Amino acid sequence: MTWPPQSPDLNPIEMVSDELDHRVKEKQPTSAQHMWELLQDCRKHISAPLAKRCYSHGGKQETDEEFDARWVNYFNKADIDAWELRKGMNTLIGYDLVPEPKILDAALRACRGLDDLASAIRILEAVKDKSGPHKDIYPYLIQELRPTLDELGISTPEELGMDKL
Amino acid sequence: MLTSRALVRGLKSGFWRPLSSTSSVQAAHGKDMSPDVLDPSVPQYNNRLDTPLSDVPFVRNLNSEQRQLKEKEKEPWTKLTKEEKIALYRLAHELTYPEMRRGSSEWKTVLGGVFIFLGFSGMLVWWQRIFVFGEVPHTLSDEWVEKQTQRMIDMRINPVGGFAYHWDYVKKQWK
Repeated sequence: MTWPPQSPDLNPIEMVSDELDHRVKEKQPTSAQHMWELLQDCRKHISAPLAKRCYSHGGKQETDEEFDARWVNYFNKADIDAWELRKGMNTLIGYDLVPEPKILDAALRACRGLDDLASAIRILEAVKDKSGPHKDIYPYLIQELRPTLDELGISTPEELGMDKL
Repeated sequence: MLTSRALVRGLKSGFWRPLSSTSSVQAAHGKDMSPDVLDPSVPQYNNRLDTPLSDVPFVRNLNSEQRQLKEKEKEPWTKLTKEEKIALYRLAHELTYPEMRRGSSEWKTVLGGVFIFLGFSGMLVWWQRIFVFGEVPHTLSDEWVEKQTQRMIDMRINPVGGFAYHWDYVKKQWK
């Protein structure tokens, strides 16, 4: 069968209709009212992955707090290894945001756990670069991280003279 | 046959060998600098703004004092001096972020080259004008054009929207 371009069959929302169809048919509604109620109910229970793929608004969006918590958890893993630290950091820098101090704190502690001072300093450089034209973000981050930096003995790039060419 | 082989060997060892493939330089830089050994199938070091932590450190083959420094890194970092911290950073990373972001002055070279070539073309055109092209036909001289224009006005060339339209026959001047 040839599908015309822009066929409504190819719209991702149709996958949700399909899922709803299966769920409702399983329950075997006995009347139109019953079917309507079942539909309302099943719509609420569309799974998060399906919602993310099929709704243009992406289902329930992760809040900022959930995002931060997820990343703090990632770096706080007790036996985090060097690869996971690198992967986590590179991914985090890929996002369109500057990480919160608590995420960076966890990342710096992970560096300490892995005996990697170079990565710790690199992380500070990276977030400064990530702030772009907003020059007030980096001093704020350093101010928030100052206790951790002092505790672990991490020098900022400015203190080492590495922010100049 | 023998001479050509000797020539190739001489070229390989002398002239064509990449500048930094001496063993001491290779030991200092962990990554392989000579192109024939560069292997894209193994993790490489790279300087990228979007990848702060590279797959491998910049310097992989550590000499003894670098190894000692790495041992010291396992102790509290408050004991490290500034120079040691900088050295540890440089072992892992070739360029800092400001160094990566630093531009070059290549644009000046490019712009200069463009102007040189434009100038050269201009010279060619000027030379051509003087030495290649002959005289312009006499029908383009001012005298001839004046007489021609007067004749065109008298003949009323394009009186509706063109030439003679623009001439005011009453005031005997251009509109």
